[in-house]
Amino acid sequence: MDMVVGRRKAFAYTAAHALDARKPTVVFLHGAGLEHSSFALQSRYFGYHGRNVLALDLPGHGRSEGPPIPTIAAMADWVFGILDAQGIARASLVGHSMGALIALEAANRRPERIERIACVGIAYPMKVSDAFLEAARKNEQTAFDMETIWGHAAQVPLGGNPNPGMWMYGDTLARLARLAPGVLYNDLKACNDYSCDFAGVNCPVLLVLGKRDVMTPPRAAAFLAERLTGVRTELLELSGHSLMAEAPDATLEALARFLPEPPM
Amino acid sequence: MAGPKYPGFDTLALHAGQSPDPATGSRAVPIYQTTSYVFRDTEHAASLFNMERAGHVYSRISNPTVAVLEERVAALEGGVGAIATASGQAALHLALATLMGAGDHVVASGSLYGGSHNLLGYTLKRFGIDTTFVSPREPENFKRAIKGNTRLLFGETLGNPGLDVLDIPAVAAIAHEAKLPLLVDATFTTPYLMNHFGLGADLLYHSATKFLGGHGVAIGGVLVDSGRFDWEASGRFATLTAPYEGFHGMDFEEESGTRAFLLRARREGLRDFGACMAPMTAFQILQGIETLHVRMPRHIENTRAVVDFLSGNAMVEKVIYPELASHPDHDLCRRLLPKGAGAVFSFELKGGRPAGRRFIESLRVFSHLANVGDAKSLVIHPASTTHYRMSDADLAKSGITAGTVRLSIGLEASADLIEDLERSLKAAARP
Repeated sequence: MDMVVGRRKAFAYTAAHALDARKPTVVFLHGAGLEHSSFALQSRYFGYHGRNVLALDLPGHGRSEGPPIPTIAAMADWVFGILDAQGIARASLVGHSMGALIALEAANRRPERIERIACVGIAYPMKVSDAFLEAARKNEQTAFDMETIWGHAAQVPLGGNPNPGMWMYGDTLARLARLAPGVLYNDLKACNDYSCDFAGVNCPVLLVLGKRDVMTPPRAAAFLAERLTGVRTELLELSGHSLMAEAPDATLEALARFLPEPPM
Repeated sequence: MAGPKYPGFDTLALHAGQSPDPATGSRAVPIYQTTSYVFRDTEHAASLFNMERAGHVYSRISNPTVAVLEERVAALEGGVGAIATASGQAALHLALATLMGAGDHVVASGSLYGGSHNLLGYTLKRFGIDTTFVSPREPENFKRAIKGNTRLLFGETLGNPGLDVLDIPAVAAIAHEAKLPLLVDATFTTPYLMNHFGLGADLLYHSATKFLGGHGVAIGGVLVDSGRFDWEASGRFATLTAPYEGFHGMDFEEESGTRAFLLRARREGLRDFGACMAPMTAFQILQGIETLHVRMPRHIENTRAVVDFLSGNAMVEKVIYPELASHPDHDLCRRLLPKGAGAVFSFELKGGRPAGRRFIESLRVFSHLANVGDAKSLVIHPASTTHYRMSDADLAKSGITAGTVRLSIGLEASADLIEDLERSLKAAARP
């Protein structure tokens, strides 16, 4: 679905369903340098199981016009702009990595509009190494390599992909190759710079973490587990940072247990 | 600071796509000789059919053994994924059928394997897909042939029969300027000799029957997508960017972005045309791939020795191999194929068809058959076999002569190959 937010074209994947005011809404927020299809299986599932789905392309990513938004706070504002444009008062947010920070920020900023948030592959603070930031700033291939290799569990290049015939590294590299210069740096810097006390967050929170995640290892989510109330953590065996691709069923099932049930 | 490292080519050739079997611990890739897969429950079945979950349903669409081969070749080529097919020809057909339909047009190199030429020049024409064949030696020829309904540029990395080296960077630039993808037949170069996607190709396929399998025991093909071509931005590929009634209104590009081409090829192409690969075939080709990085240097080493021998033989009119300074693509070969120009080449024998027959029938180590890319050395004399009905004038139109002999150099002792050739060349010289 194309729409206009802030005078620019924005895109949301809706799993080929029109929005229905009777259904609960789930918004999917992708990670740094990625786009809506990183949640392809999971968003399609919820779209066909009684939920309104809005799997967004953030500005400058996928089908949404740029430029990219420089801060997590402004990204959260943009998400509320999407909800306003669609007349949606309350929604649950599912975010991956940078998208998980956006979900937290949205829940902190406008708690009355957020039903639940699920944070997949999250750390707080989400510090990015100087070398990674600098390579991304220069738009060097090394930055794409870091995102790709650190973004998956160590066994991924030598193991089997749950999605038959697909090569996870190649998919991530192809997505990054389509980015306009500077977009990855924008996203990484936004993650690196983000800070919040989360005092406003009062909704149930799910943390879905990969045991083999080297980019946002489970221990780096400990602060959130302590700071927030109503937190549930699901730790997925064998998965690295790309949980939706590396452990698609386990991620889906964790989300399905947590998100609001569709109306009978 | 040094960045993180990818596994090397040799490691990927042995491991990519497979973890030890979780059910048995089997280190070798198990042969999942099954047509279908038990669903956990009805909800699980429905979500698999509707692509809400990853997994296998029916082996025409996907199979765990075949998936290992697909992922491994995708890893070696640096693609997003791959689809294994019943043959290399099936891979070419799958690519074409996924991208276009009646009324569309292909610009193809004229230096193609005969089977590819037949498909494009005759068979697909009957289904409304036209092809303009151009000489690949001048990349601008591709540009001049592009029309409003063109959907694809296509060529072989090393073209038949003259081993024309396709200038992939130049042809890819022409394709991309026209918002079109470039498909290459990478059979002769394999991922070991050439980085096809790195040079600019968008899609590629292999006749895996040849060097990938490498032992002449299985027919198969593999189609690989780089995931780099933006179908939506091109605006010319309704099969990938418009809702498809045949899959409940799915817009493949919207659904899966970088994976759109392969998703449609699998969900429509394998479903409807059905040219899938059998699991035993995938296993056999995987055994070949596990030694690709060991075999290819030896293929090249033996080829160079044979080329050197033939180049100095009085019965040989000409040797056609891009590593030779006499080949018109010599400079391009040095730039694009630094590891070697493959192990298939041809030479022209003096004495015409009779000499060709005597030569072929005297060989003892080389096998006279219609294949290439085997561990064993192979030979064919087109004028007395595949092209025997053609006049010398018609042979010339195909880029060959009455004395053209094609060799595929295997892994035997090069001294034995040279001895076999030397003795047979002497026999060819005797009237």
